[in-house]
Amino acid sequence: MMDLVELTAAQAAAAIGRGDLAARELFDFYRDRAAADELNAFTWVAQESPEAGDGPLGGVPLAVKDLFCTAGVPSQSGSRILEGYRPPYTATVVERLARAGAPLLAKTNQDEFAMGSSTENSGFGPTLNPWDRTRVPGGSSGGSAAAVAAGLAPWAIGTDTGGSIRQPAALCGIVGLKPTYGAVSRYGMIAFASSLDQAGPLTRDVSDAALLLMQMVGARDPRDATSLDYPGSVSLPARTDLHGIRLGVPTELSSDGIEPGVLGAFAASLELARQLGASVETCQLPHAAHALAAYYVLAPAEASSNLARFDGVRYGLRAQDATDLLDMYTRTRHDGFGAEVKRRIMLGTYALSSGYYEAYYGRAQRVRTLIARDFAATFEHFDFVVTPTAPGVAFELGAKTADPYAMYLNDICTVPASLAGIPAISIPNGMAAPPGGGKSLPVGLQLIGPAFSEDRLLSAAFALEQALGFDGRAARR
Amino acid sequence: MSELEAVIGLEIHTQLKTRTKMFCGCELSFGEPPNTRTCPVCLGLPGALPVANARAIHFALMIGLALGCEVAPRSIFHRKNYFYPDLPKGYQISQYDEPICSGGELAGVRLHRVHLEEDAAKLIHVGESGRIHGSQRSVVDFNRGGTPLVEIVTEPELRSPGHAREWLTLLRATLRSLGVSDVNMEEGSLRADANVSLRPVGTSVLGTKTELKNMNSFRFIERGIAAEIERQRQIIESGGAVEQETLHFDPSSGRLSSLRSKEEAEDYRYFPEPDLIPIATTDEMVSAARADIGELPLDRAKRFEADLGLNADGARNLAFRGELGDYFERVLGSTGAEHAVAVANWIGQLVARIGDADPADTNVTPQAFGALVMLVGSRAVSGAAAREVLDVLVAEGGDPQAIIDARGLGSLSRKDGDLATIVARAIAADPSASERVRAGNDKAIGALVGAVMRETRGRADGAEVTRLIHEQLAT
Ligand SMILES: [Zn+2]
Repeated sequence: MMDLVELTAAQAAAAIGRGDLAARELFDFYRDRAAADELNAFTWVAQESPEAGDGPLGGVPLAVKDLFCTAGVPSQSGSRILEGYRPPYTATVVERLARAGAPLLAKTNQDEFAMGSSTENSGFGPTLNPWDRTRVPGGSSGGSAAAVAAGLAPWAIGTDTGGSIRQPAALCGIVGLKPTYGAVSRYGMIAFASSLDQAGPLTRDVSDAALLLMQMVGARDPRDATSLDYPGSVSLPARTDLHGIRLGVPTELSSDGIEPGVLGAFAASLELARQLGASVETCQLPHAAHALAAYYVLAPAEASSNLARFDGVRYGLRAQDATDLLDMYTRTRHDGFGAEVKRRIMLGTYALSSGYYEAYYGRAQRVRTLIARDFAATFEHFDFVVTPTAPGVAFELGAKTADPYAMYLNDICTVPASLAGIPAISIPNGMAAPPGGGKSLPVGLQLIGPAFSEDRLLSAAFALEQALGFDGRAARR
Repeated sequence: MSELEAVIGLEIHTQLKTRTKMFCGCELSFGEPPNTRTCPVCLGLPGALPVANARAIHFALMIGLALGCEVAPRSIFHRKNYFYPDLPKGYQISQYDEPICSGGELAGVRLHRVHLEEDAAKLIHVGESGRIHGSQRSVVDFNRGGTPLVEIVTEPELRSPGHAREWLTLLRATLRSLGVSDVNMEEGSLRADANVSLRPVGTSVLGTKTELKNMNSFRFIERGIAAEIERQRQIIESGGAVEQETLHFDPSSGRLSSLRSKEEAEDYRYFPEPDLIPIATTDEMVSAARADIGELPLDRAKRFEADLGLNADGARNLAFRGELGDYFERVLGSTGAEHAVAVANWIGQLVARIGDADPADTNVTPQAFGALVMLVGSRAVSGAAAREVLDVLVAEGGDPQAIIDARGLGSLSRKDGDLATIVARAIAADPSASERVRAGNDKAIGALVGAVMRETRGRADGAEVTRLIHEQLAT
């Protein structure tokens, strides 16, 4: 008898393909596990198993971040303002994956409107880290990351705006990939920051990420004007060495403010990469130091506008007994949005205000351009840029909720690639003890590549993954 | 105090006649039941994204080219942020500092810009006031939401309410000739706002301007601007200062009321719309737009003047109301171009009877109308009788000759012995007038002609009657 929870999604799909496993059996297995979830990873779990399809993904069920619209199924983006909202249509990427043979298993918890790095900002309670339930899973795609790490779902998709796939993947000991901006349709993703949001896979290993990504990219979506025909293709990675690969280590993103345990694991992996044949040298991203500041102007600015539609008029929460229109707006948004969302709406509204636009939004856009140029210059000499994914291991619930800036610093290594619109992957990079000591927790390694380099990125990540040999079984018990 | 002059600028919104909305695939609505022409995009549902309508871009280019604008090789959409229930996303997608077309000129009035945007939905306030304040509840119909709009902004170069009205008439005719919009003010497919300020004659500084919103007929625009000029004149002449504000003109009372003051002006927090890519206008797109532009009203007026012999006013009256120009040309199809001047004059008579209606929508077919003008030309019917025939045509339609026959409206002429007899009776009945005419007092003949016309109910040819009177008095 197979131990289903120990099969990767690719292995499960192969077993279904061979006839050794029924898709329905797998679905039911995971539905039962998801229904018994003790991590608060889910906001909704399917009641019935779907008709078996014959897509290339074999029927391996998929957990989907709450913010993807799924017809008739609650899609709330982690917010009370959308509590119980069931959209009339399904997001393009969810539809594509279902057609390819990855049916919807569950919707996963997240920070409200994807604003956060711990999933503590969810309107439906925090998700717990399966490695240590006193700690956060990261965010904003914390529900997806925890579910995959804990074996409550074979694989998942999330969204990444400034690190929301990569950072929770790192903190939960799984793989998370943020594709090139425009590679995956955003149609049906409840927007946080439109120019940065991008959907991507959260999976147990690099092969699963490749398998899922293959079906997410392709012909551009006519419903998303910013989506692109994917040039080239994504294949299953097979390479186990890194000969000829030039890795650049930006000094700006691999020293200050990073926990010693994380730095130690990072240094060890760089040595491993050399042994696999890669060259490892320092590189410069001179404007990376300003990335976080630019990000926290641009993303809230777009969010302040994107979230204006939640006004109580057409759907979602509407404050009762309002005295007039303004009162209805004010009370609906007061009651419906959490503190972090309100904070970012205020920040963004201020940044776009007449008289301040140039000083904030205009300048942040220029920083963004400079960061993209930094990367372009670096990629003339390097294949990939490598950094730790997050500056630390999973922190304790509540440790950073009172200090928004400390929380924002979680994104310091992931935000530059988001601003540049280029792909980046986080893979498990062993375990490290938290600063105060205690049980070791997962660490992530980030590889950043040029636009549309996902295939090469996955290939290099696969080689490292094979050499690192991360064991995630402890989280799936 | 020196004399004051008005400085007027116009902002015109015209709904485009595309098949589908500006950013989604919903068909445009023409009175369908509320909220039946909607989708996730135009309802602003979470996760929905806009995609720009290529046909609307084509129409905007046609408008820009017809107005002599410069076409931007790259233009972008912005978000204009404000909260209102008719704006489902909480922002309107519009163009801001990089519009698709800028500059240009129409009949001596320079244009500032031409840009694309989306229309708001329609709010209906249930209750006595009809406004949002004091209504019991308000409901939203999203059918109109997302309809493509082109906004045309003039430089402040219009000098009077009449000039504004006349210029708008030409603009409407121009848009109409392009076939890009229904340009119907009552139905809201053409809407105009006016910016008004006063300054001492001979200076070039602009005074504080006010904005008059949403006037829905040419007449109201003219009256609204005139009322605002008068209001500002009184403020300035009594030593006060005009305040920057947005005003509403109530045509039934003729009064202006303030919608919002400068302090209440919104900060729209414009920023580039991240969900859309820039419009890259290629040479092919410009050529295709140019190829779809037919004869424009100004050119048409010139042709009517040069080729058909109409005077300048007559030519403009027809060309600047495109539907009149079209009707005119159809009538000429049956009469021949040599009757153009007479046809044009008679269209004036028709307009006096049908007002702003399109003659093509009336009972008077171009063939019947042409036949009537020809009958007048051949003196088969007098002018006065022909006007009576036209009344019948407008009311019932039909064939002019048949109407003339049925009602006995044919001209009385020399060949009809009757006319000579009637003239003789008139002379006999008014010996004093007859005597004065004989004595060389030509003015006295009017009494005799009038008597004949009364007797014949206007069917007689005036010149013929005059000749007969002279003839009979000479013998
Ligand atoms: Zn629509």
